[in-house]
Amino acid sequence: MNTINQSNRTYTEFVKGLWKENPVFVAVLGMCPVLAVTNSAINGLAMGLATTFVLVGSSFLVSMVRHWIPKQVRITTFIVIIATFVSTVDMALEALVPKIHKELGAFIALIVVNCIIMGRQEAFAAKNTVKLSIADALGMSVGFIFALVTLGGLREILGSGSFFGFLLFGDHFEPWIIMILPPGGFFVLGFLLLFFNWLKKNRDERLKKQTAVLSKTMQGA
Amino acid sequence: MSEQFVDREIPIQSSSEPSSLRLIATLGIAGLLAGIVLVGAYVFTLPIIERNKEEALQEAIYHVLPGCSKYEALFLKDGQLVKPEKNTEAGSQHSVKRIFLGYNEKGAVVGFAIPASGPGFQDLIKLIYGFGPKADVIIGFEVLESKETPGLGDKIVKDQHFIGNFSALSVEPSLEGTPKGSKTKPNQIETITGATISSKAVIKALQVSLGEWRPAIQQYIEKNTLSN
Amino acid sequence: MGELFWIFISALLINNFTLSYFLGICPFLGVSNKLDTAFRMGLAIIFVQLITAVCAWALNTYILIYAPYLRLISFIIVIASTVQFVEMVIKKLSPELFRALGIYLPLITTNCAILGLALFQTNKGYGLVEGLVYALGAGGGITLALVIMAGIREETRILDIPKLLHGTALNLIIAGILSMAFMGFAGLFSAN
Repeated sequence: MNTINQSNRTYTEFVKGLWKENPVFVAVLGMCPVLAVTNSAINGLAMGLATTFVLVGSSFLVSMVRHWIPKQVRITTFIVIIATFVSTVDMALEALVPKIHKELGAFIALIVVNCIIMGRQEAFAAKNTVKLSIADALGMSVGFIFALVTLGGLREILGSGSFFGFLLFGDHFEPWIIMILPPGGFFVLGFLLLFFNWLKKNRDERLKKQTAVLSKTMQGA
Repeated sequence: MSEQFVDREIPIQSSSEPSSLRLIATLGIAGLLAGIVLVGAYVFTLPIIERNKEEALQEAIYHVLPGCSKYEALFLKDGQLVKPEKNTEAGSQHSVKRIFLGYNEKGAVVGFAIPASGPGFQDLIKLIYGFGPKADVIIGFEVLESKETPGLGDKIVKDQHFIGNFSALSVEPSLEGTPKGSKTKPNQIETITGATISSKAVIKALQVSLGEWRPAIQQYIEKNTLSN
Repeated sequence: MGELFWIFISALLINNFTLSYFLGICPFLGVSNKLDTAFRMGLAIIFVQLITAVCAWALNTYILIYAPYLRLISFIIVIASTVQFVEMVIKKLSPELFRALGIYLPLITTNCAILGLALFQTNKGYGLVEGLVYALGAGGGITLALVIMAGIREETRILDIPKLLHGTALNLIIAGILSMAFMGFAGLFSAN
């Protein structure tokens, strides 16, 4: 009984980050890297993976030591842990993939102030078991990567006519350059959120209709 | 139902104040561990990063100095070019500006590779160019870093016609921009249509850099009578 | 002088921290619904940016040349503690100023615009004076973006806008248009 419940719980904590509590599309957190590095799908993916490493690592460590950290120095300790992970990722990327490191520039170091990471430590890892915390961190990370690649992919397709570097259209395609420039970031995310609002509204209305129909048939019976 | 899996914080923490010694110890241990991890990662990655940078630099120098196969760094000190002293760490300091003297396989001087930068349309444009001191010509050019508008200003990086300007460009009396197809003099550079400002920014950066380095280079050549 | 002026204008308009680097987006989307609040927030940001510039310069010159791997950690901790210290000093010396800016300071210290400034300043190799001018430009740029945004948002409240568009979506689209407008500043002081 217990084990079934526990695996259920782990699964729930993982899944919620993907869509229902998606850190970007629903919670609108961590906007700075989301908008700044998504001028191509590959940059979005790299940023997403770097963030994943930091988030999962920090959540693991924080949930491990959560009983030993006094409340008063909690935040400072979290910051030290997160900053260590970020510095390590920064150095590793510079050594392994210097090209991508140059493209992302200071935004890798800025992962440290990404509110998603600190938010998950405070709201989840500091209060939950290691297993649940990792599930939560992984879910949020996958949700974050999904958002970054969606945004980066859309902007790259519109602004460069390619996806992950592969040209999609023929020579006659005139790239919509503004989309890979800063304003494009605002526009694409703005319209995406609008689209999700519309989806949600449609679903709510459909649900309302269904319940209305249901209650009518119930009355009829 | 799910509540039972959330472990509560240990009551001791919330009810009684931990001693300040404990607070300091916690932070100290966290800091110490962080320091160890960081130093470890640093020591491990530094040689790779340095090698990457060195390779990128070498590639750029070979690119702007055709035929170059060996180079050495030179520094500007009191208006004169000097070789770095072996036992000082001057070479690793970022604040010191340096240029590179390139030789070909036979040991003859090819020219100087000079890094330069200047304000472009968006942000600083960083570039490196090859300078042949004997004939007073620019013999090669490459943009290292720019944030110019994609599709317009960033043509200064890729446009072959524009880069072709810099294969034998006279710097006497000074560099001059001119619209595409109207080049008549050896000191003229044909700018890119649709990226005039970025092209001119490049020319200005080159001009400023030449003004800074050329006197020292000429002096250095006279003193060392380099065979070119 | 010419170079300092270019650094200032570049940070203020051409490479505006908020509209072209996306730094300080959180207050930009969150706080900017009232003009007065936005302006005060902006002033507080300029203030913290100046402190940051000094901290980053001091750390870079005296400590980090020996231990570059400590950059991120030391930036965060030193900037946060210095701001807290200055906050206490202001509280003592000028309670009025504290009342005007104080509540924003804790919100700002962990903002990416602050750490971003320290990192960019380091990458560009700025000295103390250049760093301060850069901080002034960057902070001023954020203030400008905040104030313009707040002005527009005050207007949108009395407009008839589709319900679907309310909230972050609308703010992002307005920000996109603003960002496009600021692109017009590019090339302002380059060669011609």
